[in-house]
Amino acid sequence: MGATEETIQQIKSMAGKYEAGFVTDIETDKAPKGLSEEIVRLISSKKNEPEWMLQWRLKAFQRWLEMPEPDWQKPKFPKIDYQDIHYYAAPKSMANKPKSLDEVDPELLKTYEKLGIPLKEQEILAGVQKPVAVDVVFDSVSVATTFKEKLKEAGVIFCSISEAIQNHPDLVKKYIGSVVPPGDNKHACLNSAVFTDGSFVYVPEGVRCPMELSTYFRINELNTGQFERTLIIADKGAYVSYLEGCTAPMRDENQLHAAVVELIAHDDAEIKYSTVQNWYPGNFETGQGGVYNFVTKRGLCEGRNSKISWTQVETGSAITWKYPSCILKGDHSQGEFYSVAITNGRQQADTGTKMIHIGKNTKSRIVAKGISAGKSDQTYRGLVKIMPKAQGARNFTQCDSLLIGDQCGAHTVPYIESRNKTANLEHEATTSKISEDQLFYCMQRGIGEEEALALIVNGFAREVMQHLPMEFAVEAQKLVGISLEGSVG
Amino acid sequence: MIKIENLKAAIETDDGEKEILKGVSLDIPAGQVHAIMGPNGAGKSTLSYVLSGREEYTVTGGSFEMDAQDMLELAPEERAAAGLFLAFQYPVEIPGVNMSTFLKTALNSVRKQRGEDELDALSMLKLIKAKCADLGISEDMMKRAVNVGFSGGEKKRNEVLQMAMLEPKFCVLDETDSGLDIDALKIVADGVNAMRSPERAFLVITHYQRLLDYIKPDVVHIMAEGKIVKTGGPELAKELEDKGYANVIGEAA
Ligand SMILES: Nc1ncnc2c1ncn2[C@@H]1O[C@H](COP(=O)(O)OP(=O)(O)OP(=O)(O)O)[C@@H](O)[C@H]1O
Ligand SMILES: [Mg+2]
Repeated sequence: MGATEETIQQIKSMAGKYEAGFVTDIETDKAPKGLSEEIVRLISSKKNEPEWMLQWRLKAFQRWLEMPEPDWQKPKFPKIDYQDIHYYAAPKSMANKPKSLDEVDPELLKTYEKLGIPLKEQEILAGVQKPVAVDVVFDSVSVATTFKEKLKEAGVIFCSISEAIQNHPDLVKKYIGSVVPPGDNKHACLNSAVFTDGSFVYVPEGVRCPMELSTYFRINELNTGQFERTLIIADKGAYVSYLEGCTAPMRDENQLHAAVVELIAHDDAEIKYSTVQNWYPGNFETGQGGVYNFVTKRGLCEGRNSKISWTQVETGSAITWKYPSCILKGDHSQGEFYSVAITNGRQQADTGTKMIHIGKNTKSRIVAKGISAGKSDQTYRGLVKIMPKAQGARNFTQCDSLLIGDQCGAHTVPYIESRNKTANLEHEATTSKISEDQLFYCMQRGIGEEEALALIVNGFAREVMQHLPMEFAVEAQKLVGISLEGSVG
Repeated sequence: MIKIENLKAAIETDDGEKEILKGVSLDIPAGQVHAIMGPNGAGKSTLSYVLSGREEYTVTGGSFEMDAQDMLELAPEERAAAGLFLAFQYPVEIPGVNMSTFLKTALNSVRKQRGEDELDALSMLKLIKAKCADLGISEDMMKRAVNVGFSGGEKKRNEVLQMAMLEPKFCVLDETDSGLDIDALKIVADGVNAMRSPERAFLVITHYQRLLDYIKPDVVHIMAEGKIVKTGGPELAKELEDKGYANVIGEAA
């Protein structure tokens, strides 16, 4: 039985009412459009999940039906038709999960080659760059994870979340939803019901992860949502640095991406989480198409002296709704948020962070650099909350906005809630226009206008960019230039 | 080599168009150094901006050719690649962009436009080192952001450093001497003199005769109210120093 046929059978046996059947594609095995309990069951069964996982999903689905859409963000957009989206799409060749890279469909490998994501361990090791372990997620499934063996030697678990549910159920059960409960917000709830893949990392006590970990997400299929779920746990004294990158092809239709990322840092542990987000931003002139990037990312500094650091370079997506946050529960724990957001064309972004200080002497640092160009609009939204017991808590916030042209918008919305008098909070914000003097100075030195702009903007964003892992910094700098194309001249 | 004829330029202000250059003509043969002196607000910096193609200024008449090539139709970066360099009166700070990145980007952009190969990292480093040494600039400065926190004198030296790196054909120096202490003035002048060659032309804007003691001009022009009002030899600068603008220009007018 072919994979697609098999899916049809499964659906039929579960629901028995899908006359339209499937959109069949030569390469893809897709669930029919629409969201229902049957679809949730299908996803779970596709992944051979244990009963508890299915029940967890179903509970989330029930909750989702009742939850309202968040509406406090600045970007406004037409109501999402949740019944017009495919919630599961997998390359057919992945029906029987390949055991090694040699078994992976060469077409898929080529996709990643084109995107510049190396997957062959030998080639990576022969290269000049420091090796990075990668988990690649194509639409709804993880295609491959590299350097698993090497990491295993160090005791680090790095695999897709689907595999973790199979092989490390205790860890998943313990931590999933512990930082972002399914009922947190409508998008997170949707994710909890239909998440398809994503990465799982566990770094045991006292282990410093020997290499950078990264996941590469790609939405390929038309009208397909991507709902990945990432769970990273750093046990006592552990350290891990993780990076995610994302792309999607150009589509006239909007694609929904509703991810959830949960981080847990125990005593003295540190997690560094970096994102380079480059989803398709939609048509430059008309704004048609593009990804709706509705993401819930949160880290829990559970232990004493633990540290979680978010670094994000957000250049893509039609609409971004994203607030990577830290709950500073352990005494002396630290949270950091370094962000560069670039919007151009018709993009809209509402992004920022939340730092919730619960433990004593907790520290947080926020550096947000927003660059708006074209007819785009951008909002920084941040919350710093000091709970009554957070004696000696400290926060430093710096928000800088740079405007390119006079048709874009930038807004800064900082919320501060302090319930402890000993807290020390500092906030600085600036808004400036791209300087003609700087541009001309560069151009007089022979640098073309677009390159000059990229140089100046990279300089403006430097404080954030330098927190990216070295292996990705150069790529990210190039991306800054690419995403500003068409904004001057 | 440099032919500027009846060049006129204006700027858009709140009260309409304001003409600043009212017909400037200059002829600078290769190998020569011409100096321009003139009172504040005469239009000297404006001339340097118009020559290098700053967008805010609209050329309303006249021509500017370098080696018979029409420069006015080129974009600023193309003029730079063609060999025009401007040492700014007020060098611009670019936060977050370190000097070595800036120099590398500039030189490679110029090389690319000139059809030459980009310089690899090592050769670039060597070149920067050598030029820094020539100009008494510490290499630490190359790690700092462009002009950010540089002292007045350091900024000016940095302009000459960039000029030395880019090897232009036509160098316009706008008050590169102001803000320099006596030793720095000598170093900068040596740097400029080292670049003097039969293929290169210089236009040196200054208020002070002192610089011209070090960089000996072939011709001195006086500019006032958007025009060259007097032209002479090096002795004209001395005369200015003795008599002041009012008297010298008064004579010319
Ligand atoms: N952007 C502008 N807007 C309005 N006026 C301008 C502008 N740029 C220059 N000007 C005017 O043009 C005139 C010439 O200025 P410019 O800077 O060229 O003088 P300068 O000869 O270099 O003077 P200095 O010796 O003080 O450097 C001045 O009156 C100045 O105010
Ligand atoms: Mg001037």
